Amino acid sequence: MPAVSMTVNGKPVRGDVESRTLLVQFLRETLRLTGTHVGCDTSQCGACVVHVDGVAVKSCSMLAVQADGAEVLTIEGVATGDTLHPMQEAFRQNHGLQCGYCTPGMIMTALDIVRRKGHELDDHTIREELEGNLCRCTGYHNIVKSIAAGARAMASGDPARQAAE
Amino acid sequence: MNATGGSVTGIGAPVRRKEDFRFVTGNGRYTADIGRPGQVHLHFLRSTHAHARIVRIQAGHASRMPGVLAVITGADLAGDKLGPLVCGWMIHSTDGTPMKMAPHPALPADTVRYVGEPVVAVIAETPEQARDAAEAVVIDYEELPAVVDPAAAQREGAPQIHEVAPRNTIFHWQLGDAAAVDSAFARAASVTSLDIVNNRLVPNAIEPRGALAEFDPGSDSYTLWNTSQNPHVARLVLSAFVGVAPEHRLRVVAPDVGGGFGSKIFIYAEEVVALAAARRVRRPVRWICDRSEAFVADAHGRDHVTNAQLAFDRDGKILGLRVKTIANLGAYMSTFSSSVPTYLYATLLSGQYAIPAIHCSVDAVYTNTVPVDAYRGAGRPEATYVIERLMEVSARRLGVDPAELRRKNFVQKFPHQTPVIMSYDCGDYAASLDKALALADWAGFAARKRESETRGKLRGIGLSAYIEACGIAPSQAVGSLGAGVGLWESAEVRVNPTGSVEVLTGSHSHGQGHETTFAQLVSGRLGIPLDAVSIVHGDTDKVQFGMGTYGSRSGAVGMSAIVKALDKVEAKAKKVAAHLLEAAETDIVFENGTFTVAGTDKAATFGEVALNAYLAHKFAGADLEPGLKEGAFYDPVNFTFPAGTHVCEVEIDPDTGRVAVARFTAVDDFGVVINPMIVEGQVHGGIAQGIGQALMEQAVYDEGGQLVTGSYNDYVMPRAMDFPPLVVDTTVTPCPSNPLGMKGCGEAGAIAAPAAVMNAVTDALGTEDVPMPANQLAVWRVLQRQPRQAAE
Repeated sequence: MPAVSMTVNGKPVRGDVESRTLLVQFLRETLRLTGTHVGCDTSQCGACVVHVDGVAVKSCSMLAVQADGAEVLTIEGVATGDTLHPMQEAFRQNHGLQCGYCTPGMIMTALDIVRRKGHELDDHTIREELEGNLCRCTGYHNIVKSIAAGARAMASGDPARQAAE
Repeated sequence: MNATGGSVTGIGAPVRRKEDFRFVTGNGRYTADIGRPGQVHLHFLRSTHAHARIVRIQAGHASRMPGVLAVITGADLAGDKLGPLVCGWMIHSTDGTPMKMAPHPALPADTVRYVGEPVVAVIAETPEQARDAAEAVVIDYEELPAVVDPAAAQREGAPQIHEVAPRNTIFHWQLGDAAAVDSAFARAASVTSLDIVNNRLVPNAIEPRGALAEFDPGSDSYTLWNTSQNPHVARLVLSAFVGVAPEHRLRVVAPDVGGGFGSKIFIYAEEVVALAAARRVRRPVRWICDRSEAFVADAHGRDHVTNAQLAFDRDGKILGLRVKTIANLGAYMSTFSSSVPTYLYATLLSGQYAIPAIHCSVDAVYTNTVPVDAYRGAGRPEATYVIERLMEVSARRLGVDPAELRRKNFVQKFPHQTPVIMSYDCGDYAASLDKALALADWAGFAARKRESETRGKLRGIGLSAYIEACGIAPSQAVGSLGAGVGLWESAEVRVNPTGSVEVLTGSHSHGQGHETTFAQLVSGRLGIPLDAVSIVHGDTDKVQFGMGTYGSRSGAVGMSAIVKALDKVEAKAKKVAAHLLEAAETDIVFENGTFTVAGTDKAATFGEVALNAYLAHKFAGADLEPGLKEGAFYDPVNFTFPAGTHVCEVEIDPDTGRVAVARFTAVDDFGVVINPMIVEGQVHGGIAQGIGQALMEQAVYDEGGQLVTGSYNDYVMPRAMDFPPLVVDTTVTPCPSNPLGMKGCGEAGAIAAPAAVMNAVTDALGTEDVPMPANQLAVWRVLQRQPRQAAE
């Protein structure tokens, strides 16, 4: 079995995997980082989105061996201790989640949207950018609000106040 | 009641959710996240045929493959003497005969009846090994003719799916007064008739179903972690009917559950097999459903074929309603399948209207398709679609404003007894209608339509004035209608010596936010911080019994049980306070978290009373038991009747047939609202599923019984781009039948939206003959049929 090593949420990790092991399986089953979820088998739901070398990736669409040597960020690595990241706080303040299952993928996607599109995001842009993330609970309404608020909060660096606006 | 209004965390406050910290940090704990030492993996080999005899199963090679621990077939399970899966709601046909419930073994011994039916279970050390071995199992089938269309299933000569059900008919049932309806139609000035198909849907909670079963030989007992909306009901059925283990030796835990929408109510074959396998291999056995597998493993929803007729007098008043429905229940009767097209459907056909005579007949049929059961709304979306399409079409035919035709027929006086069992307790339907019309700028539609025309687009507007029966349900009532269970709820309030509180509830939260709303109730009532309250649910070893969450019942029934338990806690605490403050119990007043002696400055905080309840130093003998813990069961005295008006505006591109929802407005009367933020979220989600049904979603079978829409590649799931920002508001008439005045909000959107959308689409297209879902292809076909009209 091939050995892989990568940095996950700032910590170096190693593991033996089958060559067919997906990155999401390595994260969930080997590292027991179960915040990254699996909601489909056709790479469409986006519940498994993580960042690989700073870019959002559906971790079900990548083999663990392909991430060898990479920097991986999962939902578990987004907050600073007990202080939520502004985007996480924005989801909480704006009721951007219900059952919570799609939420980690939504937040990781949202951070990538901000990286690519900046901090002033209109409704249409956010909805278009969420093409690869499914939610069955919220009707997306409050997710869109959360991402707009979170993006603005990230610019100001004051998570609680900005996200609550 | 004390301190429940106006408080920053009490009833009515938009409190941010207590559960969110764990969810946004990836610390939620769903069934698939639970790892047990030594756990092994279960994979199902499923039928590739819609109807076939199993001639032979060759599993010898598979059972010797690497990592394989067991291969289990239907014959093996029969040897375990496990009972069949059952439907728990008895419906009798009009001739008095009971419904034709066919045996439903967890794994079939000789015949498969739908594509996806589990046939062989393989247990191996890793999921991949189980999957590889399942592929090596060879099943010889002898194909049988299949039928998927419910009307065709009833025809002479159709393939008979179960021996017990000639012409595949499970029951022929009716409700209402046929003679009164005939007489109403005989004197009608006009009659509107509609043929309606309510499309089959796949629930698609984003967390797929899963089960982790563990057998402990030392205590001869099982633990099942399961994606369930009602773990106690699951335990009861698995124990009393399937016979896995006695109730007291089976613990069912439903941890964080990623959405349900009805699909996680039912007791399925996979859980049974996982439990049986855990006993065989003496290791924890884990099954996590794949998404594409879920399309055939989870019960589907809706699938009605209906003819409906509405009779009016000369003044536009409704005289009578006649409805004939064929309901497709799939290949087996799922847990509550029989109740959906009967008592959850025909009882709501009166809508918001005073209709003197109603008759509904329903044929439920078997077909070679996935079993059909409750999906968000369950029967009520189907009823609303029937009556609200009829009202809209009638208004157009009669040349009157659709809002005015509705207004003219609204129920005005309460209580109102309909001809179909229900007694509406309260409501103000005109108030919701008026508010919705104003918020939707109904008056400005003509101008928006003209503006759309300048861009070559067709614009339409539609209404849906829905009603639903929630808060299910009075046990006596549902018992008399055939339910195999009572539909009360339980609660236990445990006050700790330090004054913090645990509430054990039989309700289950899978997105609804009970940890917050239930805590708001307790915090407001006891005057303690929200953080001092924990809500415990979803574990049969912690909560004694409960009926679970579905039918928008957790507020109206689950919270009412908590109120009853809190009443008892307060009464006991007053006794404790009387001892502590050395006063008469009748002089103790409890307000804002403090016990005082009336007319004095003597006072004790809730925390002091809690501590003294456990110290018991001042109780002086046997007149008062130590401790502060009370339980209650609440059985509702009536259903609740949320109602409202939804307005949809669509814009259609006549060149492509694409329908865009331009505006959507919802005004709902849910009675008293505990947390408006959470209620709005529930409405948003329901509307999205309703718009999904109207414009996108459809489970399609080909004639041979293959599910054509069997994955996210084929089944259209609504995405963010499919919706405009939603406008959501409420009106309030407090429900008189429960202590908090709540009605329930979880299903309204899914119930109201499909009719609103289809009324808008048909308005835009200028024809009533548009199938649901009005997807791009369907609309394009309509436009090709009527090119001139469409181009106007």
